[in-house]
Amino acid sequence: MATVELRNVSYVYNKGTPYEAKALDNINLTMTGEGITGLIGHTGSGKSTMMQLINALLKPTEGQVLIDGVDIWSEPKKIRQVRFKAGLVMQYPEYQLFAETVEEDIAYGPRNMGLSEDEVQKRVLQGAEFAGLHPDLLAKSPFELSGGQKRRAALAGVIAMSPKILILDEPAAGLDPGGRREILGGVKKYARESGTNVIIVSHSMEDMAMYCDDLVVMASGKILMHAPCADVFSRADELIAVGLDVPQITRVAYMLRQYGVDIGRDVYTVDWAFDKLRSKK
Amino acid sequence: MKSDIAFGQYCEGDSLLHRLDPRAKIVLAVLYIVVIFLAESVASFGLLLLFSAGLVAVSGISPRIVLGSMKALTFIIIFTAVINIFWMQGETLLFALGPVEVYLEGIVNAVLIVLRIMLLLICTSMFLTYTTTPIALTDGIEQLLAPLNRIHVPVHEFAMMMSIALRFIPTLIEETEKIMNAQKARGADFTEGNLLQRAKALIPILVPLFVSAFRRADELATAMECRCYTGGAGRTRMSVLRYDWKDFAAIGTVVLLGAAVVVLNILVPGIGLAM
Amino acid sequence: MKNIVLEAKNLSFEYPGDEDTKPVSALRDVSFAIEEGSFTAILGHNGSGKSTLAKLLCMIYQPTAGQILLNGRDMTAEGITEKDIMDARREIGMVFQNPDNQIVATVVEEDVAFGCENLGIPSAEIRRRVDEALEIVGMRKYARHAPHKLSGGQKQRVAIAGTIAMKRKIIIFDESTAMLDPLGRKEVMDTILRLNKEDGITVLIITHYMNEAAMADRVIVMNEGKILTDGTPGEVFSQPEPLWEVGLDVPQTTEILYKLKKDGYDVPLDVFEPEQCARIIAQALERGRS
Repeated sequence: MATVELRNVSYVYNKGTPYEAKALDNINLTMTGEGITGLIGHTGSGKSTMMQLINALLKPTEGQVLIDGVDIWSEPKKIRQVRFKAGLVMQYPEYQLFAETVEEDIAYGPRNMGLSEDEVQKRVLQGAEFAGLHPDLLAKSPFELSGGQKRRAALAGVIAMSPKILILDEPAAGLDPGGRREILGGVKKYARESGTNVIIVSHSMEDMAMYCDDLVVMASGKILMHAPCADVFSRADELIAVGLDVPQITRVAYMLRQYGVDIGRDVYTVDWAFDKLRSKK
Repeated sequence: MKSDIAFGQYCEGDSLLHRLDPRAKIVLAVLYIVVIFLAESVASFGLLLLFSAGLVAVSGISPRIVLGSMKALTFIIIFTAVINIFWMQGETLLFALGPVEVYLEGIVNAVLIVLRIMLLLICTSMFLTYTTTPIALTDGIEQLLAPLNRIHVPVHEFAMMMSIALRFIPTLIEETEKIMNAQKARGADFTEGNLLQRAKALIPILVPLFVSAFRRADELATAMECRCYTGGAGRTRMSVLRYDWKDFAAIGTVVLLGAAVVVLNILVPGIGLAM
Repeated sequence: MKNIVLEAKNLSFEYPGDEDTKPVSALRDVSFAIEEGSFTAILGHNGSGKSTLAKLLCMIYQPTAGQILLNGRDMTAEGITEKDIMDARREIGMVFQNPDNQIVATVVEEDVAFGCENLGIPSAEIRRRVDEALEIVGMRKYARHAPHKLSGGQKQRVAIAGTIAMKRKIIIFDESTAMLDPLGRKEVMDTILRLNKEDGITVLIITHYMNEAAMADRVIVMNEGKILTDGTPGEVFSQPEPLWEVGLDVPQTTEILYKLKKDGYDVPLDVFEPEQCARIIAQALERGRS
């Protein structure tokens, strides 16, 4: 488990050029590493920038990013160590597969860490298992796999680095409901069993409601809310005001109040809504 | 924003130069190059220098940008100048440093050659890169070369290839950045190690990039087919290039300029270029 | 009875294998007819054959067996030439999943003009159609922009404009919203609905988003290369079990009503609007269990 802290962080793209654009504006945030944190906001809200700051792909223009209390840029020469600690799975990660076999591809990260060959092998198997990748697939070329399998192979490549923090950008993008459940369910299981601090970036409110413990809502480079799911969804009107969606069932619960049925405004899964309705009568 | 750099050096604008027909601009650039090579005397170079300054003024592009683009040529300019100053023999000996003799003709020659290089650069960038979008240039080339179709040169296909390449350059640059970031996140290091190690470090970037480029090409081909593309035959264009009086006036001006340069060469010979 | 514009008759398709792999059957004996001006959603999980079906209908693939009839004409009959297929493509168009890989030109309006230019339409007419098409998709002010700087939703609208500038009557959207964010998805879906309702264009969307399928007049659910169910969204979603079995979802409104119904309440299941769903729940609670 690890703690991520952002202290007065600002980030400006193309500073000093006519294209200057402020992506993050004096952010303060602490993620303590219990369970899964969801990062939501529409395109351009600054969530991708934040993700890359935690992974040290970007350096804050102002402020500090701390992991376990240490400023990650205190020793710029050791910045790769930070990336091993905060693993990042980018959007559509299957497009980054390159090696001749799936096994080689998963081993890429662990080898870059300078681990012994035995340890690398162990990590590969571990990563594949957590990502739900059948061992038979390891010897295949990554380009022979199906879309969903490729996604899982790419995920395994980052899990194999055993990061303390795992950041996933739209891990279920483009997958059908079954595929979404497999990937996100796998991530949830991984978070629980390994004690890794998982951060998921996604547009899908339904998925976030299902799998996250707390949510960080971003709008125009600032943090709008950081609270457990129920608290965030109980402020549905604010979410809608900044152009975000809420799960359909939250809208139903919201409307129900107008018809005199109060099951709370913080309902965000169908099962919960049903239980509340049942206890009503 | 990095992707803008790859888009040539086109400077947005609406000057007379921007509005000329791209075909006319290609013809103008070629004519102007001929004129530059016709110039021999100090007087004719003076005229061309004036004319080029006029072009920059008309284009509305900051002279600083134009002069800035000369930086890339610094080495060539110095090299040419040195060679001409020290190796050229003439009549008026200025001074001698040991075995090396420097003549007035050498210095004049060096200055004129350097001027010629600079003029060439200014003219091509003024007529072509700065004021014409790459796509308009491609269109211009396609239509200028259209007669070659008759002898079965696939002019349209080349032009289509060029414009698709231009279309996808920013997309692929963006994609390269994404893949680089993804591999960096897995601990890739592109800055350390010897040449072989660095080349090897590029494999995790190049393989996905090629795979993706092929996938894109395949999907694009299908999409084009679905949009009834069957090659150049029977195709019409939405924007038809039309010459108007501006284009003819511009070409006329450069032809006159050429005549003036030839006349000046003869009337005011002075010390001129020897090569 | 409305005019049938597109019809699939006993359509089958196999991906040919090579030395190591066997041919893979992607579609088996699929039949349906599409009415003029209708809005149909083809729903299915990845690998259910829905994208293959789209490619067959656009004549990108040749079926292994069966027929495709466009305006009553069999496009799979012997003697159909490349040119006949090109002519057919004046009627039927496709918008693909990846917005980047279907834009050809470096300027938005040039790209919209591309299809018309291929058809050999006179310049002035192309100009008129391009302006009109950009207006319809709400991209007129981006006419001179570079496509790579647009958002995903805007790029897809440019692709749609290119198709309507060709005056096509039928447009197939092959997961055209799958790579977009919620705003982009809404932009595109709004555009599709408008084309269908206001301009009478026949629309087929291939999707795995239930909420999008619920907007259609008709939903065809595909599974393992076959049609699983076919009906109005109300008919299809009010029987969630078969959908759940093949790994699909139903809208959350239907799901909660389904649970209430199982619990003994008399509620309809074909409700997709949160507002309407809330009203029905409130009324049902008042009435109590039946």
